[in-house]
Amino acid sequence: MVAEHMVKAFDEEISQMRGLIAEMGGLAELAIGESMEALVRGSQALADSVITRDKRIDALEQEVDKLAIQIIALRAPMADDLREVIAALKIAGILERIGDYAKNIAKRTGKIEGREAFDPLTLIPAMAEIAAEMVHDVLTAYAARDAVGAQEVVERDAKVDAFYDSIFRNLVSFMVERPATITTAAQLLFVARNLERIGDHATNVAEQVYFAATGDYLGDRAERPEN
Amino acid sequence: MTGNFRKLWAGLALAAVMLAALATAGVPKRLVVLSGVVWFASLWFTRMWPTASAVAAPAAARPDTDAAARDAMCAALERVGLPIVLMRGHRIVAANAAAREAFGAHIVGQDARLALRHPDAVKLLYLADGGSVTISGLSGSGSLWQLTRQRIDERYWTIELRDRSAEADIGRAHTDFVANASHELRTPLSAIIGYVETLAEDPGRVDPETTARFLAIVLREARRMQSLVADLMSLSQLEAEKHDLPTERIDLGQMAARVVGEFPAVAPSGRQAGAARPAGPRVVLSRGQEDVGAIGDAKQLEQMLRNLIDNALKYSDSDQPVEVSIARGKRGMAMVAVRDHGAGIAPDHLPHLTRRFYRTDPGRSRAAGGTGLGLAIVKHIVERHRGKLDISSKLGDGTQVTIHLPFAAPAVPVDTAPGPASGSNLAASGQIGTKPGAIAKPVS
Repeated sequence: MVAEHMVKAFDEEISQMRGLIAEMGGLAELAIGESMEALVRGSQALADSVITRDKRIDALEQEVDKLAIQIIALRAPMADDLREVIAALKIAGILERIGDYAKNIAKRTGKIEGREAFDPLTLIPAMAEIAAEMVHDVLTAYAARDAVGAQEVVERDAKVDAFYDSIFRNLVSFMVERPATITTAAQLLFVARNLERIGDHATNVAEQVYFAATGDYLGDRAERPEN
Repeated sequence: MTGNFRKLWAGLALAAVMLAALATAGVPKRLVVLSGVVWFASLWFTRMWPTASAVAAPAAARPDTDAAARDAMCAALERVGLPIVLMRGHRIVAANAAAREAFGAHIVGQDARLALRHPDAVKLLYLADGGSVTISGLSGSGSLWQLTRQRIDERYWTIELRDRSAEADIGRAHTDFVANASHELRTPLSAIIGYVETLAEDPGRVDPETTARFLAIVLREARRMQSLVADLMSLSQLEAEKHDLPTERIDLGQMAARVVGEFPAVAPSGRQAGAARPAGPRVVLSRGQEDVGAIGDAKQLEQMLRNLIDNALKYSDSDQPVEVSIARGKRGMAMVAVRDHGAGIAPDHLPHLTRRFYRTDPGRSRAAGGTGLGLAIVKHIVERHRGKLDISSKLGDGTQVTIHLPFAAPAVPVDTAPGPASGSNLAASGQIGTKPGAIAKPVS
């Protein structure tokens, strides 16, 4: 729990800003889940609703931007308050990107042919689940200002990467065997790529959460294990 | 309040003096009486003023009313099993124990959107009259919550959260079970039917040697079906109680010692007759002096460990040891790890290992009597215990499965060592008696 400020309005503004970030996160989470559902079931209506809802994420990002600039200009925040504002500014940008990736997945719904007989389609939801869970957990870590939780999300990124490699190889061999499916398989490659990026962005959010909570930067991720 | 009264009397005196002065100054009597009435009436209303200022005064001390409301809330609702939060505007000012457990203690004092960030929940927060929505994925994937927001007074609202995950799961689990079971049971069944048909058609023509061979195949396939049915049953059982948290405290070290003891010291001969084997146990347990405990279900945790050791034995050569270690992990977790020195698993397969009926090498798995459900069961058990499952593997170096379970501090002195130990012993012997298929898998 962060100590209260002398100026009550400042607390309200910070709380409002965190609320906006959470709202963006909720929208991004839903977008990932629904875009995958639309893709697997082939529901164009659901895909369209994901695409239209993305505008709300964009609007929220602008709102966070404005509020953050207003706070910096009027309140001149220091130390952990400044970190909070800067982190919020960055997280808003990243969440907006995550929303875009989900939107991109939704856009590919209509381009998948022969859905019923297409095996690789069953691999993607498992990967999406891991990526979505990372986003969910990093937002929970943000809400709790939980640096350790954020660190854990970063460590989980390797799983998504491994999944991506596996799906990539799977799809390529599928394309080699059945050239007729190349268009569809290529679409799925992009979907897998988008999910991999969502995982990466979740770790970026985690780094910001860690920074806001501790003031330190999370160590370089180069030393992570091979698989 | 006394100050107000003093002012009132002073005002009345002043009014009386003034009215008397006016009367003596020759102002008409009616006018004097009229102004007197107005004056006294206005004084009377100023006396009433405090009721208005009473509203304004506590505004400065608003935290007190928050605290009072919080206290009342805590007293009344703390022990209610249903998660309930008390809100002012969009801020959560209090949350009962159930709500803190479901969403974390950090939600108190924060904007409600941080805990309930699903767009439909946010919409609910802005509805003028409150209402009710059902939301999926609020606390992890697959969860389903019904939120009801109700007004208490102008400023305070409550949100009541009902966990509907269990109900939503029942349907899903059912279809999954039917699909999995029918697919995997069909294979051995068609083999059995095929061989028995051949034997039944013309009993005289099949020579005794072939008959014996066919019967052996039928027996093996029937056994496979048996262990499959046992595994499917425990999976569906797990699915059914996925949402009730286990309550018993288990000493993981003791439990591991018991499970490891069940495995024979030297791998059963038969598969590789004549191979040189060092004497001594193949499954080695290492644990520190510390009592590492977790809240769990003894039967299930034993099954989890047994499945993992089974796998490790199956996928490594018979002269290589399998190491089981119990330790205190980081972040308040207890760690259970099973390591083998077998061929390892290609990274391609790692993400899919816990899927039902996923096999890296179908032929080998079937030959070893695997059902393809072992790790799926492990995953379900870990999930029910709110733990984490990690599998890491290097080709040629072996595989390590690590499980983190929420650590439970040693119980109160009254029933430390003997209590849980005897209890779980009982559970273990019960399982050995009732479910032979799940434990002693036939090795062909």
